[in-house]
Amino acid sequence: MAGAAVRVEGLTVVRGGRTVLDGLDLEVDRGVTGLLGPSGSGKTTLMRSVVGVQRVRAGRVVVLGEEAGSPGLRHRVGYVTQATSVYGDLGVAENLRFFGRVLGLRGDALAARVSAVLDRVDLAGEADRVVDRLSGGQQSRVSLAVALLGEPDLLVLDEPTVGLDPVLRRDLWSLFHRLADAGTVVLVSSHVMDEAERCDRLLLMREGAVIGDGSLAELLARTGAADVEQAFLRLVGSA
Amino acid sequence: MSGPRAGLSPRRVLAVAGRVLTQVRRDRRTLAMLLVLPCLLMTLLWWLWSDVPGGLFDRVGPALLAVFPFFVMFLVTSVTTLRERTGGTLERLLAMPMGRLDFLVGYAVAFALLAAAQSVLAVGVSVGLLDLDVRGPLWLLTVVAVADAVLGTALGLCVSAFARTEFQAVQFMPAVVVPQILLCGLLVPRDEMPPVLATVGDLLPLSFAVDAMSGLSRSTATGEVWQDVAVVAAFAVALLGVGAATLRRRTP
Repeated sequence: MAGAAVRVEGLTVVRGGRTVLDGLDLEVDRGVTGLLGPSGSGKTTLMRSVVGVQRVRAGRVVVLGEEAGSPGLRHRVGYVTQATSVYGDLGVAENLRFFGRVLGLRGDALAARVSAVLDRVDLAGEADRVVDRLSGGQQSRVSLAVALLGEPDLLVLDEPTVGLDPVLRRDLWSLFHRLADAGTVVLVSSHVMDEAERCDRLLLMREGAVIGDGSLAELLARTGAADVEQAFLRLVGSA
Repeated sequence: MSGPRAGLSPRRVLAVAGRVLTQVRRDRRTLAMLLVLPCLLMTLLWWLWSDVPGGLFDRVGPALLAVFPFFVMFLVTSVTTLRERTGGTLERLLAMPMGRLDFLVGYAVAFALLAAAQSVLAVGVSVGLLDLDVRGPLWLLTVVAVADAVLGTALGLCVSAFARTEFQAVQFMPAVVVPQILLCGLLVPRDEMPPVLATVGDLLPLSFAVDAMSGLSRSTATGEVWQDVAVVAAFAVALLGVGAATLRRRTP
């Protein structure tokens, strides 16, 4: 497969009469890419466009060599939204078995896959609990587990670490890196700037535009800043 | 515009139906109400008219056996699918290899099974305990009820696309369901209505279901009943088609 894993060209999205993204161009490569920016900067809209559930006004998004959202990608892209997007009145394993069946798994393969993803997100002990009774952090890990079911080539995660305790956050980031090492392209958004140091590459977003693009070290060197927060401010000032 | 595949996969349909039924089974109160309320309401009706001569229960009872599944499945479906839309699960499913028809037919299958159980109980109580006079075959009453429930499910799916909140979804009931109940001939026989209303009533899907039930109670001939059932089924399929069009993969 030639070129970047995700290529965005001239992407323009209008939501509710407001232009959220205006002619955005960017590329995402292998590794863990962090999409950082304040809320309202267009991170979610960009991610929805990459997954192919966002109606776009203009431009194109090419994912793993195909148009975003094309049927061939539906087995290959895992997406975790900010909403939990699982059935709260069902058990953890019940949710996973249902989504696994939708992905075409069954029998022993389904059971094996469900227990593998439960281990990965550290929820093996909660398999039989009803999702509504879990904590917010556990619920978002159920959602992540669903996204991992299909062993996706691209994983798009919208603020997956919000509200998690630091230990869990560290564990999740190390999971993202393990997945990336195994070849999965990981795109993670966050509005918490200090998560920057956990990413291989950063895309800093503000008001629908990418104002900084590179590794943390590169961005700090380019702006002469001491941390991401400061780099962000300098980039805003120079824009 | 790349929409979801329109194809139908039996495995995905069964996955959706099984999941919906598990959710209903988990919600014991809803399950109990689905199964017991129609029986209780039929009993109340029988009691209401027990001292009034004229066989009103025998005239209205069959019509109500058609109204219940329609009404209840409409309500349950519009709220549950609205939840799928607002909770993000629908978006997730459509981003997976899930066809729109898989989703819709899965729902229809689940609620058709529930309607069958509901109808067996309601017909059993009405005919067995309350002496409702039915001349046609009893199993055909359940067939009509199932067709009718699928109709309610299909209408609920359509309506959930136009509701943003559960309040709005519930408000669609007086808008979409109550007029059909008023005009189906339950309150005033359709041939005694003002001509315009009678014409509208003749065309509404619930009227065909009510006619089928009434026909079964009056006569052993089933030819017209099957015609009415076919019309109800056709309405249900058409509405499922409209419902499929409202399931958009890409949203603004």
